Amino acid sequence: MLLEIDNVSLLYGRIQALHGISLTVNEGEVVALIGANGAGKSTTMRAISGIRPIASGSIRFEGEDISKLRADLRVRRGLCQAPEGRGIFPGMTVLENLDMGAYTRRDRAGINADLERVLELFPRLRERRKQPGGTLSGGEQQMLAVGRALMSRPKLLLLDEPSMGLAPMLIQQIFSIITEINQQGTTVLLVEQNAQQALSRAHRAYVLETGRIVKSGTGQELLHDPAVKEAYLGVA
Amino acid sequence: MTTILERVHSGRQAVGERWRGAPRWVRWALLAAVIVFFYALPNKEFYQYLGPIPTPGANFTQVLFTISIYVLLAVGLNIVVGFAGLLDLGYFGFFAVGAYTVAVLTSPSSDIKTLWPWLLVVPIAIALTMVSGVMLGTPTLRLRGDYLAIVTLGFAEMIRIAAVSSEFLKGQRGFNQIPHPPGQYADGKPVFGVLDARPYYWLVLTLIILVVIGVRNLTRSRVGRAWVSIREDEDAAQLMGVPTFKFKLWAFASGAAVAGLAGALFAGKQNFVNSQNFELLNSIIILAAVIFGGSGNIVGAIVGGGLVAYMIERFRSIELFGIELYEYRFLVFGLVLVVMMIFRPQGLIPNRRRAAEFKDRRKEVIVGE
Repeated sequence: MLLEIDNVSLLYGRIQALHGISLTVNEGEVVALIGANGAGKSTTMRAISGIRPIASGSIRFEGEDISKLRADLRVRRGLCQAPEGRGIFPGMTVLENLDMGAYTRRDRAGINADLERVLELFPRLRERRKQPGGTLSGGEQQMLAVGRALMSRPKLLLLDEPSMGLAPMLIQQIFSIITEINQQGTTVLLVEQNAQQALSRAHRAYVLETGRIVKSGTGQELLHDPAVKEAYLGVA
Repeated sequence: MTTILERVHSGRQAVGERWRGAPRWVRWALLAAVIVFFYALPNKEFYQYLGPIPTPGANFTQVLFTISIYVLLAVGLNIVVGFAGLLDLGYFGFFAVGAYTVAVLTSPSSDIKTLWPWLLVVPIAIALTMVSGVMLGTPTLRLRGDYLAIVTLGFAEMIRIAAVSSEFLKGQRGFNQIPHPPGQYADGKPVFGVLDARPYYWLVLTLIILVVIGVRNLTRSRVGRAWVSIREDEDAAQLMGVPTFKFKLWAFASGAAVAGLAGALFAGKQNFVNSQNFELLNSIIILAAVIFGGSGNIVGAIVGGGLVAYMIERFRSIELFGIELYEYRFLVFGLVLVVMMIFRPQGLIPNRRRAAEFKDRRKEVIVGE
């Protein structure tokens, strides 16, 4: 097991955002975490990447407890998150942003090879490589965030709402890229509101409701689950 | 109004492009000319031909020394505010720590009577200011947002009040006979005397150049990239594996060290340090200077620090309609700042990234409305 979250709770002040959630991610999988606004999806991501401290429970990565580890040290272990929305560096150019993704690495040759690979994956980023990140459109920024996370060559890639605010065409495109990244050997945990896409692309998925995991199964199982259909897929 | 602004803007852009497009030797020659100019500036044989530039109401060489100290402070504060994006409202407190360290360890009026030479105490002063920076930063830099601004503001006031009321720090009576920097001419006269401010100015100018070279190298290294990433988006920086707390502390401590150096230089020149030298206003002026010049840009900080300190001194003994302009210097200064914030929030000579960040934030505000 690559990632194992056991009974994790998290507090925002006095408000409990996560009520003992448990989930696992195996090597080579795409795992999706779906749920409505405020269900605690992004909070789960923050707990895994270490931006928010957890109140109880444990997070294990490659068998080792990383619950108390600083966020930047988790990155060094191979866990990298593409933050949701505008989590790119607006004043840095596209190339500088991508270079920041490789901050923990020192192997220049490997970094350049990965840079080439990311620019292959996202031709739009190549076109705009000299532009400041803040001048990109929403979709391009999203691509930049994903590409930047890839630059750290993570074992586990955490994607927070990769399709947020994107046009349908771009959503298709970004999900194809996620599948491609996965086929190239990166394990992916993604959080999504777009349940249809996420479930059809993911090997396994979890459904989060008000800070609790209420359902889990393979992507296809959940895609055909009546309750999930009604709540998240907009079909009665 | 806009047309003038646009013209100024495009003119500045053209100058910038010319500068970047010029061959290397031209840039070096221009830079050398500027440096030679500033070394020559305090000589009366030179500045008497500069028309209205020398200050009429005060000894121009003395004023130049004051300006050079402000420039050094602006360069130091620019590391903290400009590069790492940490709002430090009490930067002058570190200057006071540096000056008082020198005073206590060298002056005969000090209680401990160590009477050490100035040069020996300078590294101690720098080290102590760094330590005070780390002590102040360790608990506060873990927090985000405005806490740092409040704590640094409190720190500067604490230092000032301690200076006013503590028996050990001598309050208004202060410390006298602080030794000057060492050095003698061939005829036995000291290089750093009481009357001539030029050697002090040259010393500070040289140190500014050294500090600028150091800071420039830092900003182009991994440290600099880490600072910029923290300033732009601290969460994202952490998600990329940047140890944000460590680098914030580094920025804070390096900034403090520069202020400590400036304080030590000031004490060595003034010969006398008392509690009136460290008003809160000074912290605000230096912060304003950095923002005015263009925070995040070393040249911007130098120009901002120099211009602000110069403007304040230049108003001395100018009368307009029977009003002494010097009395209103802060009113004018405030007006200039307000106009700047409206028309050019990124400062006179902004950093390329900083300008983009400002544009980005503006967009964010509009989206939020």
